[in-house]
Amino acid sequence: MVGGNVMRSALMALMALPAAAFGDNQVNMSPGVTTIGAEIYDLHMLIMIICVVIGIGVFGVMFYSIIYHRKSRGVVPSQFHESTKVEVAWTVVPFLILIGMAVPATSTLLEVYDNDDAELDILVTGYQWKWKYEYLDESGENVSFFSNLATPQEEIYNTDQKGEHYLLEVDEPLVIPVDTKVRFLITANDVIHSWWVPEIAVKRDAIPGFINETWTKITEEGIYRGQCTELCGAYHGFMPVVVHAVSREEFDAWMDAKRADEAAQVAAAAVDLSLDELMSKGEAVYNAQCLACHGAQGEGGVGNAIAGSAIALGDIGTHLDVGIKGVAGTAMQAFGGQLNDVDMAAVITYQRNAFGNNTGDVIQPSDVASHKQG
Amino acid sequence: MGDHHHGPATGIGRWLFTTNHKDIGTMYLWFSFAMFILGGTFAMIIRAELFQPGMQLVEPGFFNQMTTLHGLVMVFGAIMPSFVGLANWLIPMMIGAPDMALPRMNNWSFWILPPGFLMLASTLFMEGGAPAFGWTFYAPLSTTYAAPSVTFFIFAIHILGVSSIMGSINIIATVMNMRAPGMTYMKMPLFVWTWLITAFLLVAVMPVLAGAVTMMLMDIHFGTSFFSAAGGGDPVLFQHIFWFFGHPEVYIIILPAFGVVSQIIPAFSRKPLFGYASMVYATASIAFLSFIVWAHHMYTVGMPVAGELFFMYATMLIAVPTGVKVFNWITTMWRGALSFETPMLFCIGFLVLFTIGGFTGLMLSIAPADFQYHDTYFVVAHFHYVMVAGAVFSMTAAVYYWLPKWSGRMYNETMGKVHFWISFVGFNITFFPQHFVGLAGMPRRIPDYALQFADFNMMSSIGAFIYGASQILFLYNVLATIIAGEKVTDDKVWDGAEGLEWTIPTPAPYHTFEVPPKLDAAHA
Amino acid sequence: MRLSANPTTDTVLKLATVSVAMFAFVFVVMVPLYNVLCDALGINGKTSAQAYTAVDAAVDTERSITVQFIATNNDGMPWEFRPQVTAMAVHPGAANDTVFFAANPTAQHMVAQAIPSVSPSRAAEYFHKTECFCFNQQPLEGESDTLMPLQFIVDQDLPKDIKTITLSYTLFDVTARVSEQIAAR
Repeated sequence: MVGGNVMRSALMALMALPAAAFGDNQVNMSPGVTTIGAEIYDLHMLIMIICVVIGIGVFGVMFYSIIYHRKSRGVVPSQFHESTKVEVAWTVVPFLILIGMAVPATSTLLEVYDNDDAELDILVTGYQWKWKYEYLDESGENVSFFSNLATPQEEIYNTDQKGEHYLLEVDEPLVIPVDTKVRFLITANDVIHSWWVPEIAVKRDAIPGFINETWTKITEEGIYRGQCTELCGAYHGFMPVVVHAVSREEFDAWMDAKRADEAAQVAAAAVDLSLDELMSKGEAVYNAQCLACHGAQGEGGVGNAIAGSAIALGDIGTHLDVGIKGVAGTAMQAFGGQLNDVDMAAVITYQRNAFGNNTGDVIQPSDVASHKQG
Repeated sequence: MGDHHHGPATGIGRWLFTTNHKDIGTMYLWFSFAMFILGGTFAMIIRAELFQPGMQLVEPGFFNQMTTLHGLVMVFGAIMPSFVGLANWLIPMMIGAPDMALPRMNNWSFWILPPGFLMLASTLFMEGGAPAFGWTFYAPLSTTYAAPSVTFFIFAIHILGVSSIMGSINIIATVMNMRAPGMTYMKMPLFVWTWLITAFLLVAVMPVLAGAVTMMLMDIHFGTSFFSAAGGGDPVLFQHIFWFFGHPEVYIIILPAFGVVSQIIPAFSRKPLFGYASMVYATASIAFLSFIVWAHHMYTVGMPVAGELFFMYATMLIAVPTGVKVFNWITTMWRGALSFETPMLFCIGFLVLFTIGGFTGLMLSIAPADFQYHDTYFVVAHFHYVMVAGAVFSMTAAVYYWLPKWSGRMYNETMGKVHFWISFVGFNITFFPQHFVGLAGMPRRIPDYALQFADFNMMSSIGAFIYGASQILFLYNVLATIIAGEKVTDDKVWDGAEGLEWTIPTPAPYHTFEVPPKLDAAHA
Repeated sequence: MRLSANPTTDTVLKLATVSVAMFAFVFVVMVPLYNVLCDALGINGKTSAQAYTAVDAAVDTERSITVQFIATNNDGMPWEFRPQVTAMAVHPGAANDTVFFAANPTAQHMVAQAIPSVSPSRAAEYFHKTECFCFNQQPLEGESDTLMPLQFIVDQDLPKDIKTITLSYTLFDVTARVSEQIAAR
């Protein structure tokens, strides 16, 4: 039994190796910050260890043969070539091992699918190439916002040093309270995306026209980063997920602030802004939403050039149409549903005055609103 | 054994109009090697961009074109035609037949491939670029949101599919109707068995792929809504149809490789294959099971839990017959008299590395764990272990093993061993670290990545360049052998080799077994 | 059954038939089977596209189910689209009704199609819509709005462990599709 105890201790020591590392480099999955994530990690380790043990056995036999059953050692080859007993044995034993694996796998899967009794519902929508989060509230006054990659293009194109959370940082993270069962309702606006945060062990495909649901309950405050995990077009690698898990009090305060923010945005849409204010805000919006396709100098790339373009220098209404409705059959999306009137006014103003365009045009949020009404 | 015949025709006409299985096999093999280099070039571009974080060489959209074409060219242009080439060369000789059942259709099966791939490659130069939706081309990214070249992609797939189906019909007709008298099914070499079963899989599922791309064509051009929710359709339907083809497809890729290994290991162990009947049944079980596991590629799509459980159990089951085969190969070696010429080295490499790929496959089959693995580099590592260290290593072993019979000349053994070791080391440096970054959270199909994945990505890229470079050594060795290799004196070439193909002269005459051979007592 | 006296021809004809049959299988079996299974088992959250005919049955007042409504626009759809109430508490067997507000802010006549999706997907077969705006395409003149009705019954046989049903509508712009169909006539 000593051997058995040693084995068990060794296995437990191995199992307690969360996120093992080679130097600074993570080589293993992490148990993360949820109970289900820890269960998934344990299942992963169990299967892997069984495979390693079987592998050692099987390769051991093979390498023994390679060393001792060589022609150069002068051995005479046996000619045995069948044994029903042995074939049955190595069919039945693996089958039993598989049953041993299937049992914990089944119970963990059933837990993954248990979406009931959530305290908070969040609608997650995948867009090309960003996420939208909407906190579903009974009153219908949902807090909702887009979450865009915040890493600057200069870092991506190697003119600036890369920050610590390169490609895993966003302008507006998803904030949720700890120790609360949160239900995610997941869908997509255009193509199939997939929402994944490794440390909470949640991954679900976002399918346009269909709704999927999954859940999490985070046990530890912290910031958890993930990415889109279904090829969704050119910028599939540039739409990260960032979740801030905070205390209940912090969450409530944050929600209040968000609601106030949204009310302020509505009010702001009625106010006129100065050209400077529009340009400054417009530049920020441009960098977050337009730059990737239209270039840092408006020189174009995947998208058309804006510097000196007929649209940016021509009729304002046409320019607004392109921004609001997009251009069907091209990669230019409809931003009308994604940018509020203030942001839309600012970015159109910016495009018409930056990059040497200098039209002097000033578009106010109210202009955008009335244009939308036709 | 009849030896009369006019020799082969001369000039380019020989190759364009040949109905000879050896000529056609040769063309398939050279074509597939050219595609391997093309697909490998796309891989070099991918790994060069992934050498460091940041975008250095290509734009994200073009990167997606590279990953898509890499997959399509390697699967449909390199690996599948290479094994068809092997089938063409070897099956008639192994069963004592003079040629394939349908020699003229055989010519067509080959000759539609170059135009098909030309069409696929030409999409790189079309407006909007080549397909960039992955070799798995999920809708609606591949329908509503695809570049115009998608239509040519669809036509290319149709052409390649027709080639495969014709080739498979030919193989089945040949094996079922043209075996030498006395060669019952259970006396056929295992390579013939694995190809027979593979051919049935192809006839069954290649048309399903054709159906899937036809539905795409209809959605894109004829206003249908198979895969579009707006018209009452469902993007997930595409995935079910694709993977109903896609899963048997990966067994189509590996079963002939199993057959090759089953021929070579006994030869260099100087011992018969252990458990011949078991190996046949295991292959048939794998083929049957391959039809009922497809949705393990779709665990995160939102399937009801009963479906997930069914596919999980069925997928786990495949480990059983696969394990049986690995045990049988190792038992073949056990108490044999082993020697380690290049073909045997590649087969041993196959045994170790394919088994590792099989283990990660078992891990992936566990649905709740797969929520963390799906669409990450862990999956990329898994399928490269089974497809490169599995199928490609087996193919390479086959070339070294049979090249002397085909050409009458021996390859340079030292160079062969060097090729093996560089390939083995290069392959593992490329793909082992990908398990790590996948588990650490790196998704697949991304052109740029977070800083914590940098070290292993650099390592992986270096390995890729090493592995790629070693294939040039292989090409050199093959060419040098054919042109000026030392002539083989013993028709049997390898002292442990068994099978009808070793009983004919070396190099193999243009026409063989025009009179069926008399089989001796034991021929399995 | 022999298709030819020549064994090779016989094999080839049979295999060619299998190929063609497998191609047809995709259209004639896989697609309808998928739709039938989805409809029957509510897999993937698809609900029926036909109105449900209510049967007289007792309302289960012991049990209360929360039905949650979500409304989203698909890519390029500019309408305002929202449920009048975001959630209702209902008893299985009872008839319920609600409306969804839709507004076309553009100057042009447009046609929309709402596509429903239910979660959990196994609840879909127990969610009966006796009237739904999703059964038909919804035309709206420019700069106008409307209230679109939904009437539904949650079946008493809804599995006991389901307490919340989420009904999500995605609104698609099918104006172009409709005008093509009209032009084709």
